[in-house]
Amino acid sequence: MSREYEIVVGLEVHVELATKSKIFCGCSTAFGAEPNTQTCPVCLGMPGTLPVLNQQALEYAIRAGLALNCTINKYSKFDRKQYFYPDLPKGYQISQHDLPLCEHGYVEIDTPEGPRRIGIRRIHLEEDAGKNIHAGDNIASAQASYIDLNRCGVPLIEIVTEPDIRSPEEARAFLEKLRSILIYAGVSEAKLQEGQMRADVNVSVRPKGSTALGTRTELKNLGSFRSVVRAIEYEARRQWEALQRGEEIVQETRAFDEERGITLSLRSKEEAHDYRYFPEPDLPPIVLTDAEIERIRAQLPELPDARKRRYMEAYGLSAYDAGVIVRDKAVADFFEAAVAAYGKGAEGAKTVANWVINELARILNEKNAELAQTPLTPDHLVGMLKLVDAGTISGKIAKDVFAEMVETGKSAEEIVKEKGLVQLTDEAALAEIALQVIEANPKAVEDWKKGKATAAQFLVGQMMKATRGRANPQLANKVIRAKLAEVTGVTNE
Amino acid sequence: MAISRAEVEHIARLARLGLSEEEMEALTEQLGRILAHMEVLRQVDTRDVPPTYHVLPLQNVLRTDTVQESLSQEAALRNAPQAEAGAFKVPKITEG
Repeated sequence: MSREYEIVVGLEVHVELATKSKIFCGCSTAFGAEPNTQTCPVCLGMPGTLPVLNQQALEYAIRAGLALNCTINKYSKFDRKQYFYPDLPKGYQISQHDLPLCEHGYVEIDTPEGPRRIGIRRIHLEEDAGKNIHAGDNIASAQASYIDLNRCGVPLIEIVTEPDIRSPEEARAFLEKLRSILIYAGVSEAKLQEGQMRADVNVSVRPKGSTALGTRTELKNLGSFRSVVRAIEYEARRQWEALQRGEEIVQETRAFDEERGITLSLRSKEEAHDYRYFPEPDLPPIVLTDAEIERIRAQLPELPDARKRRYMEAYGLSAYDAGVIVRDKAVADFFEAAVAAYGKGAEGAKTVANWVINELARILNEKNAELAQTPLTPDHLVGMLKLVDAGTISGKIAKDVFAEMVETGKSAEEIVKEKGLVQLTDEAALAEIALQVIEANPKAVEDWKKGKATAAQFLVGQMMKATRGRANPQLANKVIRAKLAEVTGVTNE
Repeated sequence: MAISRAEVEHIARLARLGLSEEEMEALTEQLGRILAHMEVLRQVDTRDVPPTYHVLPLQNVLRTDTVQESLSQEAALRNAPQAEAGAFKVPKITEG
């Protein structure tokens, strides 16, 4: 067998839709309520109750399908997927089996080899299950389990990809792009920390060059993109090593142990997946017309790829810069609002883009925070840029001011005033400082005398240091050269 | 078409039914007869008949996305064999 192998991954991604009420009843979908305070006879699975489909959930699911380049099926229906688990009080989940709402879509991702399309096999609507709280550290050692059914009946779409993903990095790129598209489309907030987007990962391996699919294992319920990446890395290696030893891969569900970074066998697939689907008799079919589908298509908001193209065309941003900005809708909205408020056209847009891509991205990354978690508004940035333009603060000081704005939400003006950061543009005051610097650095002055022009740059640096970055650099440069000429009688260019 | 005893046991296990020896035997026989009747139905030519997914002449029964009052926690847990700290308490969940 060849020593090189290829990873084949398909994903099943569950995403909570942003409806106010549950999919089949009027209970709230709000996150974080006291356990079992958002339930009713319908979502508790009481006998004799009737589910009624939430119109908004249907519309969001269609919108998601359109945003992901799917065909919307004009006839679809619900089915019962039957299995026993304590978080599913009815003993079945209402889902869609053979006639899902959307099919045959794709998501385009960027890879080091260029853009690649990951096929979407189907998207269907279903209800979420409740939440299990295990007493004890993990599912294997728990002594009792506690069930909160607030989440039971929250509308989900399940997005099933083709086995088109070839690496953990591609899986991450796909998930990030998918999340971004769904947020732009307004169908989900896709908050990972609230479990609004979770992935099941199907992994198999095969010798490089082979086109046959190997036996796959399924890794359930991964709640972060990092877990997806780590789980795929581990599982692919485990499978390949087993195959190298001549073992067979068992088709099974495995759990990813976050702490130890390994996957563990959970249950054999055959029995667990005998779901005995049958059409849900309590829900009539969904029949859509072309006109209804087109109405929803027409309302589709601008999606990340379109916005990226627009930024490139309207503002002359590079593909990379535009790509970084559009990735997070909140950041892109911030960018656009700042560009509009700054009002300097493409030139201004590039300035704003630089701040967003460099300083903002760096700070958010360091804080591991999202833009929405900071008090920063577009007006903050624009106010600061205007201070730079007016020469009130230097570009260097602006970086400190920016960081302070992200931290405190104070305006640039306030910060500059409070900390005395106003740029020194008074030539007489700078001349004073230049003289002090010249006296304190005789060696640099000697260098200058010998014709070394770089000595001036060193001394400008000393002036910046002495003024804690407040000296206007151009002016400091001019002044120090004049003073050096005056003191030494030597002029250097 | 008869159904095997093993298949009935499998279905009973999936449905969490604890059946006695007699029940198992009776059900195997009865299910076999139902399936035999399906064989009769299969003889009807349905090539031009669209599949029936739903028996009622209804479609697109929808509700607006409005939140309605839920049950209280106490009411929700009233029928629970065991409850603790506002949650349904169940035996340790084991897999497989």
